[in-house]
Amino acid sequence: MQVTLKIFRYNPEVDKKWHYETYDLDVDEKERILDLLELVKGHHDGTLSFRRSCAHGVCGSDAMRINGRNMLACKTLVRDVGDKITVEPLLGLKVIKDLIVDMEPFFDNYKKVLPYFINESPLPADGKERLQSPEQRARFDETTKCILCAACTTSCPSFWASDDYLGPAALVTAHRFIFDSRDEAASERLHIVSETSGLARCHTVFNCTMACPREIQITKAIGELKMATLTGKVD
Amino acid sequence: MANVHQFDVVVVGAGGAGLMAGLYASRGAKTAVISKLYPTRSHTGAAQGGISAALGNYEEDKPEWHTYDTVKGSDYLGDQDAIEFMTNEAIDAVLELEHMGLPFDRTPEGRISQRPFGGHTNNVTGKPVRRACHAADRTGHMILQTLYQQCLKNNVTFFDEYQVLDFLIVNGKAAGVVAVQLATGELHTFHAKAVIFATGGHGRIFEVTSNAYAYTGDGAAVLLRRGLPLEDMEFFQFHPTGIYKLGILITEGVRGEGGVLINGKGERFMPKYAPTVKDLASRDVVSRAIYTEIREGRGVNGRNYVYLDVRPESVIKYAAQDGRTNPDGTPYTITGEQVLAKLPDIIDFCRVYLGVDPLTQMMPIQPTAHYTMGGIPTNKYGEVVIDDKNTIFPGLYAAGECACVSVHGANRLGTNSLLDLVVFGKHAGLKAAEYANKADFEKLPDDAEAGARSQFEALRKGSGKENAFDISNEMKKVMFDDVGIYRSEKGMKDALEKVRGLKERFTQVRVTDTGKIFNTEMLNAWELGNMLEVAEIITECALNRKESRGGHSREDYPERDDKNWLKHTLVWKKDGKTVIDYKPVVITKYQPKARVY
Repeated sequence: MQVTLKIFRYNPEVDKKWHYETYDLDVDEKERILDLLELVKGHHDGTLSFRRSCAHGVCGSDAMRINGRNMLACKTLVRDVGDKITVEPLLGLKVIKDLIVDMEPFFDNYKKVLPYFINESPLPADGKERLQSPEQRARFDETTKCILCAACTTSCPSFWASDDYLGPAALVTAHRFIFDSRDEAASERLHIVSETSGLARCHTVFNCTMACPREIQITKAIGELKMATLTGKVD
Repeated sequence: MANVHQFDVVVVGAGGAGLMAGLYASRGAKTAVISKLYPTRSHTGAAQGGISAALGNYEEDKPEWHTYDTVKGSDYLGDQDAIEFMTNEAIDAVLELEHMGLPFDRTPEGRISQRPFGGHTNNVTGKPVRRACHAADRTGHMILQTLYQQCLKNNVTFFDEYQVLDFLIVNGKAAGVVAVQLATGELHTFHAKAVIFATGGHGRIFEVTSNAYAYTGDGAAVLLRRGLPLEDMEFFQFHPTGIYKLGILITEGVRGEGGVLINGKGERFMPKYAPTVKDLASRDVVSRAIYTEIREGRGVNGRNYVYLDVRPESVIKYAAQDGRTNPDGTPYTITGEQVLAKLPDIIDFCRVYLGVDPLTQMMPIQPTAHYTMGGIPTNKYGEVVIDDKNTIFPGLYAAGECACVSVHGANRLGTNSLLDLVVFGKHAGLKAAEYANKADFEKLPDDAEAGARSQFEALRKGSGKENAFDISNEMKKVMFDDVGIYRSEKGMKDALEKVRGLKERFTQVRVTDTGKIFNTEMLNAWELGNMLEVAEIITECALNRKESRGGHSREDYPERDDKNWLKHTLVWKKDGKTVIDYKPVVITKYQPKARVY
């Protein structure tokens, strides 16, 4: 089928200002938007730049705005978006070149929530695994799925307003550890997320939940964090 | 030289092996991890079904069975001392991951849950055993996240989005690497006492592959250019179940949970090829069975694919036929809800990319290029060895998919890749730190960046008559068609000629992007150069090995030939020419015998 692909372009070494370029392509409706970008780069303009790796929605490299919504280019098919396609970089992070944005503020926020397992108690005497029931494991399953693609955080108006807001992805990571029955640093993390740059900035807009390519119920997870800070209980 | 960094140990690559190496090396020495991606983008994250260890959490299992299964899976080309070392470390390795917080699925008793996988057997009964420790079908994702998190906790130094271009050798020892920072285009020299390569595989040389774009054989190509050998490059694994045309992986865990393969006539065909374990035979066996069905006209609608069926009613029917039981002895059953809970990503992939719902429809699948068994030769401590006497190259280490220990031999068992990267990543890190603490820095050459710079300059000077994208596609097609699952002298000779022609045409490619900031065109062109290098070497080694063994199946030499070919291939590039030699396979307990599943 014939599609018109409009791509946000900005080359800081050449352009004073960003612009769009439009490409008419003959493609299959089952092709990924990433396939189209590869085709443009391969045959039309080698300078087009974007990040990608796994090409099937698990590495988180190619989050971008496709027809105005945050999606992974490798997990969005032509037939999902129609024959008029506009591709733009994520909002709220500085554009470096074309579809590549500066991810550092995003990862800096991630690093603020103690994004690692903490349990300084002695290991079980038999040296084996710490026990955890299937129900305890299920409690935080949802938030283990995060691939740090930034689709959620860069869809959030509070993050657009200020990138010192931790943002949904960092809160999801905090949730993953706070609700893990084996972890011992829940109260420290709850303290971090309840500071002014944390939970209070979430106004339950649901953009993050809509944007997540892993279908994580982010707003629900943030709600559980809010409840935990109010009650002081994690359960 | 403006950008020179000095570290005791430099790790190249930040997938599972690189992170594990970085974690362990950093405990004993000043360490940096450099990666062309953000670490969490690494391909370890795409691994699905599990990591093997004979925990015996559901039923009896032991490391000796894991050893034998791995030896048999390798078609007797794996080095048995290294395999034994790995399977003995497996239990502690998996427990260590759990202690780091990895969210494994759990048994009702709260222990790590395990599932059956291809080639994992109870050595007494020959029946499948639950050995693959899993977190749904996202085990690799959990390993990658957990190891990255632990590296952050331990303040490991990262250089994200730096592409390695060259390996520096001074006085016959490792002296560091040169890399380009993608964000600025600046070259950086990492002066080091020890260098660990953990750069992954090269599946992107094939048209249909489960591998990430990043899998372009960078580590292998960089070392080959610097005169180091590669081992067993003819052995590449084709995973039986990739999504038709796209190649996206559908984990063996689907068959572990009871899924079966069905041909175009609606018949379950694996019992013909593997009467005991059927759909859970080794990957090379299953991939060949699928191809045989297709060639004999039993593909779906006469096309080159078959079905994978995990609909609950089918699973229950075939489990009853097989007499499969739960650990408590009751007949094995499964519900749609359970399939969804155990294999959520697989269901998602099929719905997104195929519009097929595996709970009610069969999945169209074909074998997909999946895993690099060959690579940089190492011993079981991750030390790179450079000849048939296993002479160590001082200061150089390799681990994970880019390395060839060899624990996978001619065919890797499912779940052993994740185990490999945890076990050998750790030991490479330990050894590198130990070495660095005793060694001195070699003095860097006057112009350490010269080798890297000349490679980039060549890519700016081509006539521009040729297009890199087209060359890449032609390479992928010929490699998949003629150096794929079935190989023959004629096909491979044609392929070799074609690849050499493509290499020649590649010299006429010109990178049009003259900028420095995220010049991904330059990066992709350089990666294509690596892939062409590796594709040529693979084809030459495959032509050379006149037998069939594991993933290397020759139609003109259909039998395994232990008399002449029970040996590893070593291959070098010397003055532009390929030189092939051999080294013996280490056999301890298990003498080669016929391989039947």
